[in-house]
Amino acid sequence: MDVSQYLEIFLDETKEHLQSLNTEILNLEQDSENEDTINEIFRAAHSLKGMAGTMGYKRMQNLTHDMENVFSEVRNGTIKVKGNMIDILFQCLDALEEYMNTIQETGDEGTNDNEPLIKLLNEVLESKDVEPAAGGKAEEKGTEQASGTAVGEAKWQGIRFDDTQKHVLREAVRQGKNVFGLTVKVQETCILKAARAFLVFKALEELGEVIISNPPVQDIEDEKFELDFSLIFITDSPLDKVLKAVKSVSEIEGVDGDAIESDKLEGLGEAPKSPKQPVEVEQKAAVEPQAAESVSPPVPQPAPPKASEKKNTVSKPVVNRTVRVDIEKLDVLMNLVSELIIAKNSLVSASGGERGVSGFNEHIEYLESVTTNLHESVMKVRMVPIESVVNKFPRMIRDLSKKLDKKMELYMSGEETELDRTVVDEIGDPLMHLLRNAADHGLESAEIRKERGKPEVGSVFLEAYQDGNNVVIEVRDDGAGIDTEAVKEKAVAKGLITPEQGENMTEQEVVNLLFHAGFSTAKKVSDVSGRGVGLDVVKSKIESLSGEVEVRSKKGVGSTWIIRLPLTLAIIQALMVDVGGEKYAISLGSIQTIEDITPDDIKSVQNKEVIHLRGIVIPIIRLNEVLDIESRKKREDNLTVVIVKKGDRLAGLVVDELMGQQEIVIKSLGKYITKCRIISGATILGDGEVALILDTNALF
Amino acid sequence: MEELKVDMENGTTQFIVVTLGDEEYGIDIKYVDNIVRMQNITRVPKVQKYLKGVINLRGEVIPVMSIRIKMGLEADEYSKSTRIIILKLEQHGNIGVIVDEVQEVVTLENSQIEKIAYDPKEEKENFIFAIGKYENGGLISLLDLNAVLLEKEIV
Repeated sequence: MDVSQYLEIFLDETKEHLQSLNTEILNLEQDSENEDTINEIFRAAHSLKGMAGTMGYKRMQNLTHDMENVFSEVRNGTIKVKGNMIDILFQCLDALEEYMNTIQETGDEGTNDNEPLIKLLNEVLESKDVEPAAGGKAEEKGTEQASGTAVGEAKWQGIRFDDTQKHVLREAVRQGKNVFGLTVKVQETCILKAARAFLVFKALEELGEVIISNPPVQDIEDEKFELDFSLIFITDSPLDKVLKAVKSVSEIEGVDGDAIESDKLEGLGEAPKSPKQPVEVEQKAAVEPQAAESVSPPVPQPAPPKASEKKNTVSKPVVNRTVRVDIEKLDVLMNLVSELIIAKNSLVSASGGERGVSGFNEHIEYLESVTTNLHESVMKVRMVPIESVVNKFPRMIRDLSKKLDKKMELYMSGEETELDRTVVDEIGDPLMHLLRNAADHGLESAEIRKERGKPEVGSVFLEAYQDGNNVVIEVRDDGAGIDTEAVKEKAVAKGLITPEQGENMTEQEVVNLLFHAGFSTAKKVSDVSGRGVGLDVVKSKIESLSGEVEVRSKKGVGSTWIIRLPLTLAIIQALMVDVGGEKYAISLGSIQTIEDITPDDIKSVQNKEVIHLRGIVIPIIRLNEVLDIESRKKREDNLTVVIVKKGDRLAGLVVDELMGQQEIVIKSLGKYITKCRIISGATILGDGEVALILDTNALF
Repeated sequence: MEELKVDMENGTTQFIVVTLGDEEYGIDIKYVDNIVRMQNITRVPKVQKYLKGVINLRGEVIPVMSIRIKMGLEADEYSKSTRIIILKLEQHGNIGVIVDEVQEVVTLENSQIEKIAYDPKEEKENFIFAIGKYENGGLISLLDLNAVLLEKEIV
């Protein structure tokens, strides 16, 4: 069967399930008794298995199946959660992720059977045998059920009737009709389960009447059932004919049915009262669909029945409720908006010539509000919470903690902070790198921490918040901080700076050396970090996202890495300036103030031009020189200076003329022009001209 | 690096014939997206000399380069017949090249295309992969777009 069209959905959902498994297993490690957590894990594992099976990924299915068995035992309380079990489970998750990546790349799951893992899982499963015998027995049954080999003997016996239905049944029996209880099992590989079930119902309705089904018909139609469903059926035909009719529907694995004797009818309704029933319920709880609509739950019910569980999943507000939109479609939408704005800009420039045409300005204002709104709403569609990226970090820190043999705890906040999708996709690696750095280089070992009077368990913080037009992500640790002397030494040894330069450098400048390519201060190269591809990659990645990264560190107290990212990438408010007759755009976000100064205000410090402005000395950059063009201004003319900021630093850009503020659509210069670092892109003005966007960060 | 090879299997290849100075050059038509009139080019600072800047082509920003400068000829003089040929490249997006004039489209049989031996001494010929022979005896140099667009500037 061709399932390729579902591949994308499958991958997306697998990712989600794996993520929730990761999170929940971490929770489980903390709180091994939490039933909600265990149920959540079981659900995720079960869905994963089902999905893998549907897509025909047998190896993945096998692995998840064995995992599910373990979870099922944990849920039944027969296996206790132990440290090594958590480790094994995490290994399984890694293996699953590997499968997923292979599938993503090749469309096939590969040939790795992960047998050692499956063996480990089975060992975990077997360890239950030392548990009390009664529990063990119940499991055996459960496991067998879960493996899907046997159709539940008499699941239909779990069906309960209300008075009307009882009456109908009694009436039917009185009329000499046959009453059958049926349990139909659909093949695991079946994709359109609801359609198969519908065909079963149709076949049956030709022979008689379906009185009640479990789960209810509506749920079956909505595919809200696992692999089997049960029903009570009244007919004139004999049982074998009914069974045959059901079996004639394709992709039905099996059907199990029996006649319900009239004397049993009375008892059936009050099933929980019979001594045998509760045991059965308990045994099969893991896989058996129970009457979801049952008003009074059976007395001992350690695990919620599957059917109602499914319902819970549906009605419960899922944390990760995402709207999946093809990013390409969004880009098209985005382009449309771009063009709308260009159209607006041309209107604006057309109105510039003729002042006072009545109504015209109103149109423009209207157009402007429309485009702004459109822009905002499209932007919102593109925004996703960074949650999806940072969710994997607790697991990573846990692994690191084991690997590095340091005790540490990750505290995260602001996971709901939203960023442009493209940024979120890219930000994962840099963040991971900074966290690893904090764990490896930042935090000291437990002994040293004790000596220094710090709590033994190190803390790593990951905090995200919005700050104006930026989103700030901070990675902080309470470790040793950056040893500036060591950095200096290393830099001198590597020939990055001379010893004399080192003497004159401020702490901050030294710290910034860390971002140089090929710099790693770890004395020994570890698995975790310190391979020399490091902070410079982080920096260039973040800069490629138009963001910036800085570090603040205090020796002995810890370091903070601050990443600042623009909220959106595509449309910005910009100040248009004229330099030597050419038009350039400067992002409003980076502009601090605009100053008019006389040539006398410019002082010279160390051969560099600076101005002294309200107590701050600001270096001056003559844009015409940077851009290799003749300024149209004379030397003695007053200067217009645009003060821009990068982090804490300021610089004054000398321009010829200000042309006003405009909303501009950022267009890439293309892959062909790569050499120009001071230009971050281009935009198209109202008159069709191309104006370049200055990357003020590159000017510092 | 993407392959910009002329497909020889079809038997015939169509070329757009352009003039650069006194010579005629052929550009494989399958890489040509568009031919537009000369328009205002926005200069981009700090880039290779042969990159003249960028233009706005129906809302897209397209880089434009001068083949003349790239091949070491004298700089372009823009006239009424100057055109920008927009080439589409899969990996690098679109790029425009400035030519003095666009003449015509010719279809050449494989037998009319004569590959030339690579001669490292003659720089200019590095940009040409073959010579096309007209039926009337005329010759056109078939541009190796690989070399023109992707190789480094001659120092």
